[in-house]
Amino acid sequence: MKKSYKVTGIDCPNCAAKLEEKLRKVEGVEKLTLNFLTERMTLEAADDKFAQVLENVVKIQKEHEPDWEIFVK
Amino acid sequence: MTEKLELIICLVLYFVIGGKILLKAGRNIIHGEIFDENFLMVVATIGAFFVGEYDEAVMVMVLYRIGEFLQNKAIGKSRRQISALMDIRPDFANRITKADNGEESEEKLDPEDLSIGDIIIIRPGERIPVDCEIIEGESRIDAAALTGEAHPVSVSAGAEIYSGSINMDGLLRAKVLKPAEESTACRILELVEEAADNKAQAENFITRFAKIYTPVICGLALLVGVVPPLFVGGWHDWIYKALEFLIISCPCALVISIPLAFFAGIGGASSKGILIKGGNYLEALSKAKIIAMDKTGTITRGVFKVVAVHPSDCDEAKLLELATLAESFSNHPIARSLAEAYGDKPDKSRVSEFREIAGKGVLAKVDGKHVAAGNRKIMEMVGCDYHDCDHIGTRVHVALGGHYMGHVIISDEVKEDSKSAVERLKASGLEVLMLTGDKQDTAEAVANQLGIEEFEAELMPEGKLDIVEKKMETLGKKEKLAVVGDGINDAPVLARADVGIAMGGMGSAAAVEAADIVLMNDRPSDIALAVRHAQRIMKIIYEDIGISLGIKVVVIIAALLGYSPMWLAVFADVGVCMIAILNSMRGLKVK
Repeated sequence: MKKSYKVTGIDCPNCAAKLEEKLRKVEGVEKLTLNFLTERMTLEAADDKFAQVLENVVKIQKEHEPDWEIFVK
Repeated sequence: MTEKLELIICLVLYFVIGGKILLKAGRNIIHGEIFDENFLMVVATIGAFFVGEYDEAVMVMVLYRIGEFLQNKAIGKSRRQISALMDIRPDFANRITKADNGEESEEKLDPEDLSIGDIIIIRPGERIPVDCEIIEGESRIDAAALTGEAHPVSVSAGAEIYSGSINMDGLLRAKVLKPAEESTACRILELVEEAADNKAQAENFITRFAKIYTPVICGLALLVGVVPPLFVGGWHDWIYKALEFLIISCPCALVISIPLAFFAGIGGASSKGILIKGGNYLEALSKAKIIAMDKTGTITRGVFKVVAVHPSDCDEAKLLELATLAESFSNHPIARSLAEAYGDKPDKSRVSEFREIAGKGVLAKVDGKHVAAGNRKIMEMVGCDYHDCDHIGTRVHVALGGHYMGHVIISDEVKEDSKSAVERLKASGLEVLMLTGDKQDTAEAVANQLGIEEFEAELMPEGKLDIVEKKMETLGKKEKLAVVGDGINDAPVLARADVGIAMGGMGSAAAVEAADIVLMNDRPSDIALAVRHAQRIMKIIYEDIGISLGIKVVVIIAALLGYSPMWLAVFADVGVCMIAILNSMRGLKVK
């Protein structure tokens, strides 16, 4: 499954690239892009584990960039 | 006493203004990321406190925060401008449902909730929610958001309309053909949004560059701050210079402006109906040295038309009528083009004893008289003298009762702007090559007409691939080859070339899939426009690199020589970044 989310607060492309690298290492993430310019995160993961993977991704993001927010619908 | 007071005031101001930066730097160090711009600022300003330049430390932090603020403003504005260009996402749809008693009701819903076969209503001024087919109503459709073209197209029942375009005048009732996510607007948006993930070499270079650059500069700053004073003394001055070094060295300008230039370039192009699937393709297109163009459907319309009627022994109307009637039972494309030129529906009751002779033409009786129509072989077959002419195209000779009446010439039309497109491509420094499966003389005529010196005719798809591969071998490392095709028959060459450009992407999923760059309009001049745009974007990017590094180097030298106050160092960081961002945003315009 592939879903895309709005992300706010990304204030520098270098930080986005660094966080992207970290989020890609979260278990279960098949593909992840964090786009500084479009302010969107696209996540691909297995259907059955998607919710769990997304939760872990958001957790790691909060740890590193607490000022950002991923809008999980 | 006064100095202590000054220190206290400055420290308070410093923490108020720079607290956030200190926090960020601290957090990043905890996460194992030592070298980032926050860290550089913190080291530089704390260093300033230690060498007694309290007010400088505060000023640097103030300037940095102002710079950061302006930078964020600029980025926000850029983002908004780009997304405004891509504002083609339909917000809602009006679905009609029929109750059991036959009464219709309407509901407003998210286009994503529509299913294939649903009936929807589109009012004037509304955006088409999904790709659908009109079942009732007439209107004009403005597809400017998709194609960049402000020409409204008239539509009526039976026409397919694409999501993202706007219904201008009439009330339309339509049947959903595709779910929202497979409709045109969503496909385009997805493509442009994902484009930012296909990074160009220049972008990857900057990311790698930034990774090693900051630690290297920190090392250099350490050297500047420690080594010279060991020999010549003057610790205070040298540490001050080292701190300036740290401030100047921040790579933000490059890290922000270059991806932004690519993104602006891709966004700008999409507003003109040129979809680029990534910065890497934009970069490759800018380096294109050879452009290989398919003929049929790319340079020419791909639709056969009667271009000349040359009667020998009657008037033009009579000759066209005879040819059309004789061919009226045929399904051959030639028969269709004749009927189209004839205008009226041919009166088939006047035709009898129709016979199609494969590879030659047709024999029939029109108004009871024998008519033969076709190429020279059929003329020879019926033993009729004929004469040829040097007009390019397929000839349909017509004989009535064994007597030669003349010929009709049918040909594929060259698009109006093909010639100017070729001229502009050449002016941009490209070598234009035409590839076609068509006959040598037809190809030659088109090539001559357009001023294309090099062409290869009578090619099978594999033949095209061979030529493209051979051409690619002759190119230098930094030179690229682009192929333009219709995206359906040319898929293998499009995939093989450095850049594959498909024409007429509107409504054709295959074309969008196969190519790296999709032209929504069926216009060859857009190829030239895309090439020029790509070249311009790369120029902007080199300007960004040149301006940023240039100013930084100058200020670094000035700092080493002791001519630079700290505010100048801050300018070399955030000021340069602003300049580079503004420069990158010029990429939004397609000239």
